[in-house]
Amino acid sequence: MTSDKPLLEVVDLRVSLNRGVDVVRGVSFNVHAKKVVSIVGESGSGKSMTVRAVMGLPPPLASLSGSIKLNGEELVGASERRLRRLRGSKIGMIFQDPMTALNPVIRVGDLIAEAVRLHNPRMSAKQAMQRAIELLETVAVPQPDVRVRQYSHEFSGGMRQRVMIAMAIANNPDVLIADEPTTALDVTVQAQIIEVLSNLRQMFPVGLVLITHDLGIVAGVADTVVVMYAGKVVETGPVRAIFRGSRHPYTRGLLSCLPSIEQKAGKLVPIPGNPPSLSARPSGCPFRPRCPMARDICSTEEPELRTVDDIETACHFAEELRTFDTSAFQTTAGSA
Amino acid sequence: MASASALSAHAPARSFRLARPALVVGIGILIFWVVVALTVEFWAPYEPLKIVSRKLQPPSFSHWLGTDALGRDVLIRTFYGAQYSLTIAVIVVAASVTIGSVVGALSGFFGGWPDSILMRLVDITLSFPPVLLAMSIAASLGPGVQNTAIAIVVVWWPVYARLMRGQVLDVLSRDHIEAAVAGGASRTRLLLKHILPLSWTPTIISATMDFGQVVLLAASLSFIGLGAKPPTPEWGSMISEGAAHFYSWWIAFGPGLAILSIGLGCNFIGDTLRDMLDPKDE
Amino acid sequence: MLTYIIRRLLAMPFLLLGVASLAFCLSHLTQADPLAALVSERQMNNPEVIAAAKERWGLDKSLPEQFVIYVTNLVSGDLGVSFRTRRPVLTDISERLPATLELVIAAMIVGTSSGILLGIVAARFRDKPIDYLARFFALFGSTIPVFWSGLLLLYILSVQFSLIPGPGRFDPRGQPPPFVTGMYTVDALIAGDFRGFLTALHYLVLPAFVLGWSVTGILARLVRASMLDVLGQDYILAARAKGAGERRTLFRHALPNAMIPTLTIIGYSFAYLITGAVLTESVFAWPGIGSYAVDSARTLDYPAIIGVSLVGASAFLLSNLVTDVTYAFANPRIKLS
Repeated sequence: MTSDKPLLEVVDLRVSLNRGVDVVRGVSFNVHAKKVVSIVGESGSGKSMTVRAVMGLPPPLASLSGSIKLNGEELVGASERRLRRLRGSKIGMIFQDPMTALNPVIRVGDLIAEAVRLHNPRMSAKQAMQRAIELLETVAVPQPDVRVRQYSHEFSGGMRQRVMIAMAIANNPDVLIADEPTTALDVTVQAQIIEVLSNLRQMFPVGLVLITHDLGIVAGVADTVVVMYAGKVVETGPVRAIFRGSRHPYTRGLLSCLPSIEQKAGKLVPIPGNPPSLSARPSGCPFRPRCPMARDICSTEEPELRTVDDIETACHFAEELRTFDTSAFQTTAGSA
Repeated sequence: MASASALSAHAPARSFRLARPALVVGIGILIFWVVVALTVEFWAPYEPLKIVSRKLQPPSFSHWLGTDALGRDVLIRTFYGAQYSLTIAVIVVAASVTIGSVVGALSGFFGGWPDSILMRLVDITLSFPPVLLAMSIAASLGPGVQNTAIAIVVVWWPVYARLMRGQVLDVLSRDHIEAAVAGGASRTRLLLKHILPLSWTPTIISATMDFGQVVLLAASLSFIGLGAKPPTPEWGSMISEGAAHFYSWWIAFGPGLAILSIGLGCNFIGDTLRDMLDPKDE
Repeated sequence: MLTYIIRRLLAMPFLLLGVASLAFCLSHLTQADPLAALVSERQMNNPEVIAAAKERWGLDKSLPEQFVIYVTNLVSGDLGVSFRTRRPVLTDISERLPATLELVIAAMIVGTSSGILLGIVAARFRDKPIDYLARFFALFGSTIPVFWSGLLLLYILSVQFSLIPGPGRFDPRGQPPPFVTGMYTVDALIAGDFRGFLTALHYLVLPAFVLGWSVTGILARLVRASMLDVLGQDYILAARAKGAGERRTLFRHALPNAMIPTLTIIGYSFAYLITGAVLTESVFAWPGIGSYAVDSARTLDYPAIIGVSLVGASAFLLSNLVTDVTYAFANPRIKLS
């Protein structure tokens, strides 16, 4: 089921830090109910900055432009008061490292109950605690009535991340953003957390934004993929189309260790070279210095997103890439 | 706007530059007092003990900080006071750093029962509130500038002993020391060449900060009546005279300002040094 | 946890013994005849008194034996007799203790509350003018000589503006509240004497501020640094992501974490207060242990000075113990081993 109206619409979002560095340069994507949008990219690609802008929590002194619409309501330029109302009620967020994202001196139950009561001020403390216990049950934390009285340091990494999730879904938000929710966890726990997240969609019509390094997770749960590089979306489309026939050398590079999605996916292999620094971006296509098929035009013109088949791609040679051999990366890597 | 953002583009460099004025001000204050202490005899119009006017005169053009209970010029006496305070502070800090560092370094390096005994001694000394202990010692030794200095050293050296010992133990646990031991370096060589050069930074920072504190403590003892004796133009005893002539506020004003300025100067320098030498910050 | 407290308590007597031996060394350092420390001048010609003193303090015995006697006397509360007041030092001290406690507690309240507040404000408005102002005020507090700031403030506020009564503890024409704790403000409240409470408070305000300022300085710097550290943590962002407002984030989520490292310093700053109290009391003619110590030092009243040092050191050790235990309770993560 695809509802026609997206829950979250991001159009041409731009974020620049006070130092005059543009970290997000025109990002657009939509999130629909019960769907998972996965944002993929290396660190420094601007993906975390994008979701922080969506949460209305950009770093101090950063400036935003473009449009972020939640249920049709514009968030860019909205009052802090209004944003605070929406945060935690209509839009929730899960952080990368559950070790540092839970306040160490507040009991876990109080943390969750706080999330409930901030948006239901008339609810009694007792009711909120009852709700906290239910929420922990939802995310499959055993013995929730005991656990609410404990501190976060008494929880394992996976359990902490479940607490994080319980906190974020306390008010059944329309959109849930998960910023690399499994990166800091043990491999064995990662799948469980993804399952918890994925199952949320059966309980209420939430749209998920999943930021990750792990292409295996993307292949497993995402509906739409957004690939970011140097603050821009370089490719986006349905997950199958991207995995089957990506039209961007960067995405191809990320995928190069995945022969096909049918096989269980592995991790992201490094592409030779480093992403460009924010202050010294190369002219033309930002991926050019690392691209095995860069030509003259790539250094003069930055490619814009355009539709090729089912996919939107920002590469001058999207059409040619149908036959492009990703093994070129391995060769470059070997010679480097 | 453009220039502002260009400036802030180098945030670390900017904070480094911002830290500099404090250092300049701090060093400026200390240099001022050192120069005053060294040269005051040559340019001061009066002797510190000379009675130059009627007593208890408020500040005027001829006597900028007024005159004290005997009619002596307060400003000139304040300048002369730098001689006492700076001398005591230099001697005390130097002696405390030397004794403390040597004891701390040897104690930490060789360990064993001498280490335990020395550190217990340090613990006990540090469990006395400093002014009370210095007071008891100074009183036991009898009043006088010399005894004040001795008393403060007794109170102060354990701070450096503990600091140095901690540093030496920290450096000892690093890998390259093991490498030096494996390379056959002798113990003396190890201590002198490999450990001490890496251990002095916190001591230097601490000593800089403490210089102001020592000036203050010495003045406190004089204020109580245990340091320099009354006719001496010492800051603490001048403030004590000021307290006795409470309505003539100017008697205490100059010397107090002098102590405060040295304290601030040392703090400025110490803070900047810590930012510059301590890699943990930033 | 319990074993930790017990172990710390068991270590206390040994530390106190160390303190006592240092005091013993000091009392033997004195240039005066040790007998002079025990017997008043007038009695010096009375062989009976001298013999009694010699026997009680074992002055005719060897040093180690003297030490044992000295410690035994200490344990039984005998700190000797003051030259100046001709009374047992312990009596003098216990009479003056409430005044000092009142001053130190008041200074602690002033110092910690203003220090924490300044630190929060400075961190919240980092690098803004208000931050620099707060830091400068704090720096002043930790460098200014209390015996000078006390003098000047007393002159300005009392003589120039008549906002504050002169030195002392209570209106000399009035009657201090009946003795319960010995702290005038508390006793006045117990007696239901609100006017008396205000009078006592009026006398207390300035010395408490002057003394507390040093703690303000130390704390403000620390709270600022530790708030800045905490405000950069993920759980602060997580609190905001829940929809918590600025004030809630600052006080409910950031402050308790920032206070954990600060707590130790609050306890240790007690030492600064004891130190400062000695000088503050003598400026404000505050009839506590501090001014007693200063008067004793001025008159070279050795038994009194050493007695005060002993009491001060014990208070200091005890406060450090309390601090460490409180710290252990306040930080749920700490595991004491």
